[in-house]
Amino acid sequence: MIFNFYKSTKNNSSFKAIIIYLLIFLWVLVAAFPFIWTFWGSFKVELDFFSISNWTNAITGKNTKQTYGSPFTFIGYHGAWVQEEFWKAFINTSLVCFFVVITSLTIGTLGAYALSRSNFKYTFWLLIMALIFRAMPPITLVAGYLPPFFEWNLWGTLPTTIIVLVSINQPFTLWMLHSFFQNIPKELDESAKVDGCSQYQAFGHVIVPVMWPGIITTGLFSFLLAYNDFAVTSMLLSDENRTMIPKIAAFLGTTYTEGNVMFAVAAVVSATVPLFILIMFFQTKLVSGLTQGAVKG
Amino acid sequence: MKHKTFFWFILPTFLAMFFFITLPIISVTIQSLHTPHENVLVTVENCDPFGCKKATSINHEATQNLKKNNPLGKYVGLDVYFDRGHLAIEQVKDLWSKTNNFFEFLKLTADLPFYKALFFTLTFTFTVTPIMLVLGLLIALGVNSFNKKLKGLIIFFSLLPMIVTPLIGSIILFWMIDSRGIVGNLLQILFEDPGLSLKASTFLTWIMLIVYGVWHAIPFSFIVFYAGLQTLPKDQIESAQIDGANTFQQTIHIIIPHIMPLITFVTLMQLMDNFRVFEPIVGFNAEAHATSLSWIIFNDLGGETRQLSAAATSSILTILGIIILLLPVLIKTWKEFEFKK
Repeated sequence: MIFNFYKSTKNNSSFKAIIIYLLIFLWVLVAAFPFIWTFWGSFKVELDFFSISNWTNAITGKNTKQTYGSPFTFIGYHGAWVQEEFWKAFINTSLVCFFVVITSLTIGTLGAYALSRSNFKYTFWLLIMALIFRAMPPITLVAGYLPPFFEWNLWGTLPTTIIVLVSINQPFTLWMLHSFFQNIPKELDESAKVDGCSQYQAFGHVIVPVMWPGIITTGLFSFLLAYNDFAVTSMLLSDENRTMIPKIAAFLGTTYTEGNVMFAVAAVVSATVPLFILIMFFQTKLVSGLTQGAVKG
Repeated sequence: MKHKTFFWFILPTFLAMFFFITLPIISVTIQSLHTPHENVLVTVENCDPFGCKKATSINHEATQNLKKNNPLGKYVGLDVYFDRGHLAIEQVKDLWSKTNNFFEFLKLTADLPFYKALFFTLTFTFTVTPIMLVLGLLIALGVNSFNKKLKGLIIFFSLLPMIVTPLIGSIILFWMIDSRGIVGNLLQILFEDPGLSLKASTFLTWIMLIVYGVWHAIPFSFIVFYAGLQTLPKDQIESAQIDGANTFQQTIHIIIPHIMPLITFVTLMQLMDNFRVFEPIVGFNAEAHATSLSWIIFNDLGGETRQLSAAATSSILTILGIIILLLPVLIKTWKEFEFKK
């Protein structure tokens, strides 16, 4: 391995090492600091979070202490979760993500398996269509959804949004699972069939158990696509069915005028925490997922 | 796999994509060729002892009937494409004849809503993509020389800007660069200008959005390149070192060619993702200074008016844009497939 590739060049290596360390340190700072800062600030009052007089107030919480007797306050969280009913948005997001992941994986695994085990010409065309669909911004489809959804009274509900999110994520899911399936040797199917399995049985009893790591990785990305979507969900959900991200966007407009900025800050931090936990537990899976498409084309 | 088995396996995902991607595209295309009905007007002549007056009023019944019979609206062909809100053919022609040089022409064209969005989208796409490629590679090369425990920690923090919801990421940065936020404050002190606000100028807003775009995209190129670096040809590097090649020469002649397929892949993905730039414009509250193609679609669809026809036209133009952008890649894939046969 070439882990020490840069260290091994001896000429002016200490100078180079300093530059490299500085660059990496800067990047980690730039990547992490905004989140740490906002997390810390979410327990303060607005005068501390947005500090005109002295920026150290945001760290020490001077005004927060004056108002609440402690440099930490949950007033922003209380305002967001209880007063503005952010918990509803949280439940909606949980429902949407759960059903999107389950459905995407079920129909995606079936489809990707078929695509990876077939050499007909239409296989290629289906994959190319999926690639083009993957390239299109999902917002371009919304004008097509609205008239029928209004006509048949489907607009604004969670099931409609779940089905739409599953469908627009299928191209991505198919490509990702397809590349995972190609890593599984076809001989495995063949030997199962020789032993008397049908294609369906071979898939269910032999391939899926081997595929679990790939399915979990793809599931993580389906989850992220559903969780992070703003454009489509905010167009398709009615006010009371809003998920967290559209809810936060709606917050911004109202809270700025009412002076409840800390509600929005608390909501933003609350919506970041699940993602933080996700990275903590699934870091290696996420990395392997990101590189999967690259390595396998 | 037999055709029949293939059919049953692919059916659910095919139906989902057919009903919620293919059909909507067709519907959007048809909608873009129609425009909402105008109200049916009737002119009534009212005569009284002082003379006759003509009054125009809306015939509600007839308008309702028209809308009911033709819910799509009136067929207008490509008119919506050419109107002021989209390609603005007349205005562009007019500007072309009025302006003296090309730069001035571009500047005035950029005031038209569609071109304004197009220029920003293209600028964003073609600045963020190269910057994130270079910085991602530099970070990947740097991290490669760290020890294993530290690497895990660096990767953990590096993933944050990409994994966190784009809207949330941009809002968090927006609060920090606010003139009362820590970065905004710092910039005011650095430039000794207490009135400095990044939100007030178009140029600074664009820079801000591009910085956000790079911040959001670096993790992707970093992770992919870092994975590629783990499979470097060890013997080639050793022999290059023996031959006296310095770090820069090694990078240019061995590392870059080795990870070239990855660079192509990251570029392709980034072109797609940056072309749909949307969330940061909402998060940074920047629509006064910067709009994108996705943003104008969203803007037309939202609100109480819901201008579906205008949004549909912008959607089709956006799809055409992404196809043109990706055409080289599609042609290459097609040639490879033909070659394999």
